[in-house]
Formats: sequence, structure tokens, C-alpha cells
Amino acid sequence: MAEGARHAGTRSFLEPVTLWLERHLQTLVASLGRIARAPFGSLLTMGVIGIALALPAALGLVVDNARSASGGWQDALDLSLYLKPGIPERDGAQLSGRIGARGDVASARYVSPADGLAEFRRWSGLGGALDALKDNPLPGMVVVRPRAPAIGPDAAAVERLAGELRALPGVDQVQLDTEWVRRFTSILEALRRAVLLVAGLLGLAVLMIVGNTVRLDIDARRAEIEVVKLVGGSDGFVRRPFLYGGVWYGLGGGLLGWILVEALVLALAGPIDRVASAYGSAFALHGLGLRASVALLATGTMLGWLGAFVSATRHLRQIEPGTEG
Amino acid sequence: MIRFEQVVKRYPSGREALADLSLEVGRGEMVFLTGHSGAGKSTVLKLLALIERPTRGRIDVAGRDTRTIGRRGVPAYRRNVGMVFQDHKLLHDRPVWDNVALPLVIAGTPRRELDRRVRAGLDQVGLLGREGAFPVELSTGEQQRVGIARAVVTKPPILIADEPTGNLDPELALEVMKLFRSFNEVGVTVVIASHDLHLIEQFGARRIALAGGRIAGEPHG
Repeated sequence: MAEGARHAGTRSFLEPVTLWLERHLQTLVASLGRIARAPFGSLLTMGVIGIALALPAALGLVVDNARSASGGWQDALDLSLYLKPGIPERDGAQLSGRIGARGDVASARYVSPADGLAEFRRWSGLGGALDALKDNPLPGMVVVRPRAPAIGPDAAAVERLAGELRALPGVDQVQLDTEWVRRFTSILEALRRAVLLVAGLLGLAVLMIVGNTVRLDIDARRAEIEVVKLVGGSDGFVRRPFLYGGVWYGLGGGLLGWILVEALVLALAGPIDRVASAYGSAFALHGLGLRASVALLATGTMLGWLGAFVSATRHLRQIEPGTEG
Repeated sequence: MIRFEQVVKRYPSGREALADLSLEVGRGEMVFLTGHSGAGKSTVLKLLALIERPTRGRIDVAGRDTRTIGRRGVPAYRRNVGMVFQDHKLLHDRPVWDNVALPLVIAGTPRRELDRRVRAGLDQVGLLGREGAFPVELSTGEQQRVGIARAVVTKPPILIADEPTGNLDPELALEVMKLFRSFNEVGVTVVIASHDLHLIEQFGARRIALAGGRIAGEPHG
């Protein structure tokens, strides 16, 4: 009896594949058309998804930017050796050379009192006031960059290095100013986790939004679904347009979210640039970039599909033709 | 082709629609189910369409015990049973072409064959040329014929119809019935529920009269 329904004929082995592709493509386009025919409701759904995706994406971007900004503070992880006053430049440079030759030191740079003053003049903007000084009050300095980073698992080794350098003759003070950097990175780490959590929650929200929209779509097309089931449409066949609907909602939402984030970056780039240049930093706010953009769109699409899948599978089961008559 | 064996159908409301019904329809037969409303005609068709399941008893269709058909098997089963409804059950937001093509699309007919077969189906019911019309633009009789085209376009071996002429005037009703007979003549097993005795008498087909969920008699006409 099954043969009766099937069309007999010659078919190439590729035919099932092209048929499958053809059917899916057709549904894909048809579901897009359906969304386009109800632009307001669809845009509303996509807008909510967009905001839900933009929020964690923007927060993540903030953390990312903060991290790359703090990457420029590698200097802060250097050890500053202040030499005793009155040590001649030649001795200071020699000391710097000896320290630089150590195995646990990556580099050492001697800063003479005159260089230090010039640098200070440039950074502080106190040029005129400094001219009023008769003598240069600054001591000579050696800036030492440890081979191991001062933050992380090797922090103790750097502490030990600082202790040894402090004991060298001619060294007055050793400053290792890592405490605030350490705090800053731990704040960043906490923030990063918060972003992940927020992203998880909002991802769940996207699932629910798509699920609810698909449920309403299904309710609106109840009669049609009944007819399709009556003429032999399988659960998969009935579900397919709703899955593609979810994909479009998710993709549209992802696109809107991407636009929101990029607009935010554009709006903030100017002010942040001014702040950065005021601090003499070359830092520039960076946007999502290709990988994060693709990830954002893919996340939206996947969440859209998943939300539609869960919702459609649940609700389509409840629609069966026929009541008591 | 169709066999009911001591079938009992009790709806959740407690109403017993079929009480111990046994009947048999041979392959290629055309049968009218008659009786007053509530006699069980529609229930028989719903059981045949697997829209409802019997409370007790056994129904075999095409040599297969329908009790063995699970949820997942229902769609494939229905593709072999063409159904015509009193209210047509057309998709009103789609043109005639889409309505008739639906069972073909579901069955996975290649796209290039669709148009030819849809037109052949419409030709059979005399509606060739109306592919682009929407159901609301058609008369009731034409809508019913679109419904019939949809039911037969996949060439199912069984065709069932529930009061297919209920909303039609006598002339159109006769046309529709003749259409069913033409399908029967090419070997399709046809089961039609109708209370229009006057119309049925014009056909020499077998009649099964139901009353109270049982066979009340099988007068020969």
C-alpha cells in the first residue's frame, strides 16, 4: 500500500539529497517570508533577543578592553631601584649592567637623575615649577624587569629578587608596586565571571523569548497544523518551519545585538580616546572584531533554533486533529 | 481492505459511539455509511483516519492491524488514506495550487513533478486553470472539489469522505458523488458517510446503515 503513494520512476542516487536540500531551502525561505509578513511582532522579538545578546557582549567587551589597557601597564610590574644620593652616573650604569646580567632579570635600565627629571617634566606637566628648583632632587634609578612576571605563580621569586637587590651596595630602596595591579586583575577576573553568569542567564532568556514566540506562532496556525497532520505530515515536517522561524529570530536578534554593541563602541570611542590621551596612553577602544562578531551571530542563531526546537516539540504534540463528534 | 472486528468506541465523555461494530469493505469497493447524526458514521471514519483509536476491538486496513501503528507511524499511514471533509479543511491563506500540492510535498515529491501532478489532480475534479485562486474566491462546490483533488493527488488506495455533499445543493452534490465513483472505477476503495439517502439511492453502491453504533441493516440499493 505504501507503493501506491510513492511515485515510481528512475531516480539518481543523489536525488534524495537534492530533494532534502530543496525542501529545507524552500522552508527556510518560506519561514523568512512569514516573518517579513509580520514585521512588527518579529522585530519586537528580534529586538528583545538583540538586547539580551548585546548586554553580555558589551560587558565582555568592557572587560576585554580593560584587560588590554592594563596590558600596557607592564611597566608597573618592573622593580624600581632607587640609588643612594651622590652615586656617580658611571657607577650607576655599571650597577645596572651587573643586575642586567643576572639570570632572573630580563633587562635593567639605568636612569640618571637628569634623565629622570626630564621624564618627570614630560609626564607631570609641571615644567615651569620644576625650573624653580635649584638642584635636581631625584636620585639615580635602575629599572629592572624580572624574567618571571611579578603577578601569578612566580610572584614569590620576584619578591626574593627584590630582597636581594635591596641588599646590593648603593641601592637605597626597591619598589615593587604590584599590589594594585594584582587587585585590578582580580577585579577583572571577577568581572569576567560575572559576565559569563549574566551571559548564561540572558541566554536562557533568549531561549524563553524564542520559545514563547514560537508557541504563539503555533497557536496562530493551529488549524493549518491540524490539516497538515491530517494529510500525513510528520512531526518533523510540521516542526520544520518553526525551527527555521527560530533560526531567523535568533539570527536577526544577533544582528541587532551586534549593531547595538558596535554603536556603543562608536559612541564611546571618542570620549575614551580623550581620556586615554589625557593620561598619555595610546589605548584605543576596540570593537567586537571578526571572531566575536561571528560568535555573537552564531550564538543568536543557535539559541533561536534551540528555543524553537524545545517549544515546537512540546506544543506541536498537543495539536492533534479531531474531537468528539 | 477494511475490517472492523467487534469495535467499541467510548469517548472520554462517556458516550458510546460504536458498540460492538463489525464490518468489512473489500478492495476496490465503494460503500456508503448511512444513519442519523450520532449513529457512528463519523466515528468510523475517524477510526479509519487514526484520528481516534478504538476503546476495544480491532481494525485492519490493507491487511495491517492498526493497533500496531504507533504515534510515529500515523503520518505514513495517513498518506495512504485520502480524506475529504464536509468543511473542506483547506488552507485559506494559500492558493489552490499550494493546497493540492501539500500532500505531494509531504510525501517528498520532487519539485519538477509537483506542477504536473497538481494540474493532473485539478483536471480530474474539473478545476484546471484555477491554480492561482484562493479558496475564498471559489464557490462551496469548487472548494469541495479542491479538497477532493488534495485527497486523491497522491493516488491513495483508500478514500474516505465525511458528509462531502452536506453543504452542496442537489445538483452539485450529484456531481461530487459522481467524482467519487470515477475514482472508485479506477480501483480506489471509497467509504463515504452521508445521510442523504435520496442521493445515495441514485448510486448502485453498497450501503451500511448504522444506528446507535451498530449495524442497523444493509439494504441493497
